[in-house]
Amino acid sequence: MPWIAHTGSMLRRYVQVAALLALILVEVPAAVVSFCLLVLTFGLGVVPLFPLQVRLARQVAERRRRLVGEWLGVRIDSPYLPKPPPPQRQADGMYRSHRTLYKSPRVPAWNDRWKWLVSDPATWRDCVWLVLDPVVKLGLLPLFLLLPDRGLRVYGMWCELVLAPTAASRLAGQVNHLQRVRNLAADTQSAEMRRIERDLHDGTQARLVAIGMTLGAVEQLVDTDPAAAKALLSKAKEASSETLTELRTVIRGIHPPVLAERGLADAVRALAIDSPLRVHVDVDLPHRPEPPVEAAAYFAVSELLSNAARHGGAATATVDVSGNGSDLRISVIDDGMGGADPGKGSGLMGIERRLAAFDGVLAVNSPPGGPTTVTMSMPKVLPNHWAGSLPKLPRWKVALVVTLWLTAWCPLFPQGIVAGIFKVIGFEEKAWFLALYMPEPWQWPVILFMIALGCTMYLTATLLPVCHNKERWWAEATPRRLWFSR
Amino acid sequence: MGGGDPSSSMVQPVNRVLVAEDLYLLRDGLVHLLQAHGFTVVAAVESGPELLKGLIELRPDVSIVDVRLPPTFTDEGLQAALAARQQVPGLPILVLSQHVEQLYARELLADGSGAIGYLLKDRVFNAEQFIDAVRRVAQGGTAMDPDVIAKLLASNARNEPLAALTPREREVLEAMAEGRSNAAISQRLYLSESAVAKHTAGIFAKLGLAPSDDDNRRVLAVLAYLNSR
Repeated sequence: MPWIAHTGSMLRRYVQVAALLALILVEVPAAVVSFCLLVLTFGLGVVPLFPLQVRLARQVAERRRRLVGEWLGVRIDSPYLPKPPPPQRQADGMYRSHRTLYKSPRVPAWNDRWKWLVSDPATWRDCVWLVLDPVVKLGLLPLFLLLPDRGLRVYGMWCELVLAPTAASRLAGQVNHLQRVRNLAADTQSAEMRRIERDLHDGTQARLVAIGMTLGAVEQLVDTDPAAAKALLSKAKEASSETLTELRTVIRGIHPPVLAERGLADAVRALAIDSPLRVHVDVDLPHRPEPPVEAAAYFAVSELLSNAARHGGAATATVDVSGNGSDLRISVIDDGMGGADPGKGSGLMGIERRLAAFDGVLAVNSPPGGPTTVTMSMPKVLPNHWAGSLPKLPRWKVALVVTLWLTAWCPLFPQGIVAGIFKVIGFEEKAWFLALYMPEPWQWPVILFMIALGCTMYLTATLLPVCHNKERWWAEATPRRLWFSR
Repeated sequence: MGGGDPSSSMVQPVNRVLVAEDLYLLRDGLVHLLQAHGFTVVAAVESGPELLKGLIELRPDVSIVDVRLPPTFTDEGLQAALAARQQVPGLPILVLSQHVEQLYARELLADGSGAIGYLLKDRVFNAEQFIDAVRRVAQGGTAMDPDVIAKLLASNARNEPLAALTPREREVLEAMAEGRSNAAISQRLYLSESAVAKHTAGIFAKLGLAPSDDDNRRVLAVLAYLNSR
């Protein structure tokens, strides 16, 4: 019975409208208190009251954002700027705020907080919303009563207009996020560098010193005791071989050669072959991702496979690498005994950190008894459009463009500009200039028309491919490589 | 007989060698080493396209090829070797690399025609063994790096028939997989040739492989078995 459902939804709408109207009883006192606090803050200088006002307004506004999201399906994100970080203690034990030094962090922290609250446009937009919202609701009252559906939609639009983050605050949030990711990536990288430095210092370098010393001894012995020299030489040879083996391990930890040579698909296959597990590999990527992405994906798969073999007691595993639009997805499933926990150290945290540099996330599903499924996703790491997947110019348009390029000179130069010059200098010869055969009053209009026609033809020939391939132009003009590769 | 382009190499000793290596010092060293052991270096090239051309046109008795070559510095040499062997089946090629990958070993062995080698560059240090490997490949045999074999056995760790081998049999298997003949194995492990033959028969029985008298064929069978996971 549709009408019952219909009445039900109508009824729900009316209840929602009633609730929104009832909320005026909260908003008006909140607005009055806010107003008083603002007057006290800025009129009388009782600045400590300002954070109270902001907190009050934000509470009310946040609740309304959630309500509008739940009832009307209008998603409104929080627009506030991120909190300032706590003041940093300097080497001399002082805290700096602008050009003043403080002994305790309280004043600098307050300064930061004040600046954060006052400079956030969302603070003031909240105030505007708090004052105007009751008015808007009362103004919408007739619409609410007659067409509650439409009325609620208009109300949602109003809320979105004032409460949603502005482009600037969205960008500020993004910058903040990027900064955090950058710091994380830099940290990870420097830790990696230190590890490599240690490996080279303790292993390779020490061995090379030993080889050098052995060779020095050989130099001294070679005349007096050739047999001993020979024995030392073979020792040095052995040591150099060991050094190479060690160096190979270090290189593998930096960037596995097979990854550099063959790309992700074959590198994962090589991992599968090297693993004691029976690994089934399925890679579906039309092109190679950027090297840093490949490396992160490779190390993640490598870690997961060795985890599965070492801790999980698995016998078989499946690795699936695929692209979903511009997202890279990797899943590793093994039939081990499960119980893997990213919180408990292990390699999973390392993988998470590595992926974080690309906004990647890792989901682990590992019930006790298995199987373990680890899914990783790195958003927007593959180029949006693989070159070639974009539409090409159809043949008739190509023909048109070529024809235009070949013929546009004719109206523009001989029929237009040259005829115009002949006319200006009063040259008698009409030659093949069409305009000069026209009756006198028509000559200039025809000349100008010819010039315009020529220009239009050139313009069309230029714009036709540009407009058609706009997406391709954009895709090619957008820098994708933010890093240097090989 | 183990494939290869045999009629000439059967009659006269193998001596026409091609060397492909982009580092001048190493290339020069290889050329000298080979010349000192009686080989004639017919070409010493330094890039992938040159290598492929040389392999096809000169058909050397054996070629020593670096995996990473210009212009791409990826696996140019390996690709050239595979392409040449597709055109000239069984063309003897010994691939050298700074690192060994089972993936590459599999690709090299995939055509099953032998006359193939895959060694770490460090193996050049031991000139005798290296020259021995070059000769083996030229004669249609196989020369796999001990590292490849070790990895191969490690990834077969859960293979039950392999686990049933005695330690001695395992040693023999390793040496055999590297491409050594019974005589060479007996020398290396200080066993009599008949003892090696006995171990070999035991290994083949345990792994369920058909025995064969031909050294090269036997090696290929073992490698195929290990790679068949």
